Amino acid sequence: MPRLPIPAGMSDAAGRSPLAQGALLALATAALLLAPFLVDALLGRAWVRVLDLVMLYTMLALGLNIVVGFAGLLDLGYIAFFAVGAYLYALCASPHFGLHLPFWLLLPAAALVAGLFGMLLGAPTLKLRGDYLAIVTLGFGEIIRIFLNNMNAPFNLTNGPQGITMIRPIEVAGVSMAKAHAIGPLSIPSLYNYYYLFLVLTLLVVFVSARLQHSRVGRAWVAIREDESAARASGVNTRNLKLLAFAMGASFGGIAGSLYASFQGFVSPESFGLMESIMVLCMVVLGGMGHIRGVVLGAALLVTLPEALRYIGPLQRWLFGQVHIEPSDLRLLLFGVALVVVMRWRPAGLWPSAIRHREFAAARATADNAVTGHRTGGSADAGSAP
Amino acid sequence: MLAVRSLQLGYGAIVALRGIDLDVGAGELVAVIGANGAGKTTSLKGIAGVLPVRAGSILFDGEDITRMPVHERVRRGMRLVPEGRGIFARLTVAENLDMGAYLRRDAAGVRADLARSYTLFPRLAERRRQLAGTLSGGEQQMLAIARALMGRPRLLLLDEPSMGLAPLVTRLIFDTIRSISAECVSILLIEQNARAALELAARAYVLEGGTVTLAGPSAALLSSDAVRRAYLGE
Repeated sequence: MPRLPIPAGMSDAAGRSPLAQGALLALATAALLLAPFLVDALLGRAWVRVLDLVMLYTMLALGLNIVVGFAGLLDLGYIAFFAVGAYLYALCASPHFGLHLPFWLLLPAAALVAGLFGMLLGAPTLKLRGDYLAIVTLGFGEIIRIFLNNMNAPFNLTNGPQGITMIRPIEVAGVSMAKAHAIGPLSIPSLYNYYYLFLVLTLLVVFVSARLQHSRVGRAWVAIREDESAARASGVNTRNLKLLAFAMGASFGGIAGSLYASFQGFVSPESFGLMESIMVLCMVVLGGMGHIRGVVLGAALLVTLPEALRYIGPLQRWLFGQVHIEPSDLRLLLFGVALVVVMRWRPAGLWPSAIRHREFAAARATADNAVTGHRTGGSADAGSAP
Repeated sequence: MLAVRSLQLGYGAIVALRGIDLDVGAGELVAVIGANGAGKTTSLKGIAGVLPVRAGSILFDGEDITRMPVHERVRRGMRLVPEGRGIFARLTVAENLDMGAYLRRDAAGVRADLARSYTLFPRLAERRRQLAGTLSGGEQQMLAIARALMGRPRLLLLDEPSMGLAPLVTRLIFDTIRSISAECVSILLIEQNARAALELAARAYVLEGGTVTLAGPSAALLSSDAVRRAYLGE
């Protein structure tokens, strides 16, 4: 199968010996395995929870990355699929309906049902592009949220704004994630259990994303993103591939949603508002659209940043002896400033793919030349004859 | 190979094509000439499937493809090189060529064809790592044709390949079209440059106001008074 040539610096193996690669892999594995212990010891138990959330949002952001980053379809209602997964789990594993279906059944079901919802959103929007698509997806996200909010009458499906409580925690092979377990002298608290479970699933999502990106399907998505009619002219079935992008992205969201429901033990429509969709989109754009490592970085930063900004309160007390500005007031401001700064100096994202980087560099060169009055493209047509 | 029967096309309330008949035989190079707004590009869009057909039929290898989506026509061996080239401006030359072979699964054949593209257009070989959007107009046209050839088409639909190009480059492009035709690829060429098109093609159609007013061997059209006056400026 022919592949797009991968520019240097984009492939993992770029200029590294097998030994160095092995050492790096071992180091990364050790870091990922020890992370909760280190974080707990250095920063406290609350940060292990943040670590769990980083994993959840990474899955979510990688799902949206398929739709926005790979296929170039701007989706502003992506959190709806997260909601679908979360409610599916909540309804099937809580006293609300008295159902207690097992986790191994609900996880694929959440992926499947969310995927179907993805196609449901994709089908009517196939002919829409850019801002029009964004408006429809935004509406779709709100429809799902409002539906969840109002479906407590005449038949109580979702329990309305109160949400669903007492969701059963995940059990893997009879081991409950919600309890601490002792392995020899080590005690593994609940937050650690979730960390390891989420880590495995996140790695799976990363793996699937990477395989998709370098597959025939991935190439077709890039073609659709760059020029839909040219993609069609190359023989790409744009309808099916756009639907596939929506479905794949949504199913990642569904998986993350079901994990979230069991992790929190509680879901309500409030958690699935437009701001959440925007947040996930920010992770994708800020990290580097279409670049898996960039998106992971974006998710990690945007989950930890608001938590880190909580320290502004104690910091003020230490500096000035009292709190002048409430941290909660400052958080959104600083968050916004951070976004503006990144987009100003790194418009392709913090860690863009080589392709994106190149595109933005080319766009900037064109703009600069237009300003100074030079023509781009080098030779005029007459000069290109041999 | 291609048989178009009483094809009607339009945009909204405007009728652009009032029912034309057109044939391209296997390995044949056929031209369609005409003034601006005669319906040349529209007819090609209809044949390629970019524009929905109002009435009439299109047969490709005896199969009715009138309502078939674009990618299915491409799968059957039809490729359009649209007006304005339709290349992926933000992908490199090599990536563009690679997308042209999207439907193919014979890696060895694709590699061989890639090498052939670079022999056919040495200019593209020099610029294979360059973004397609930064190429000159002539190079973009070469890329568009080379990309279409990467799909090993049996019928190539070329829409105004000389548009906006300097005479020297136009000659180069037309020479290439001639050599592609020599490899038994059927070609339907839409051209405003009537003389160049008639010198290249075996047969031609003259399109005027959405209907075919003249058709026949190029030599006959070249010597016809009506064509000489209207399109060759004599």
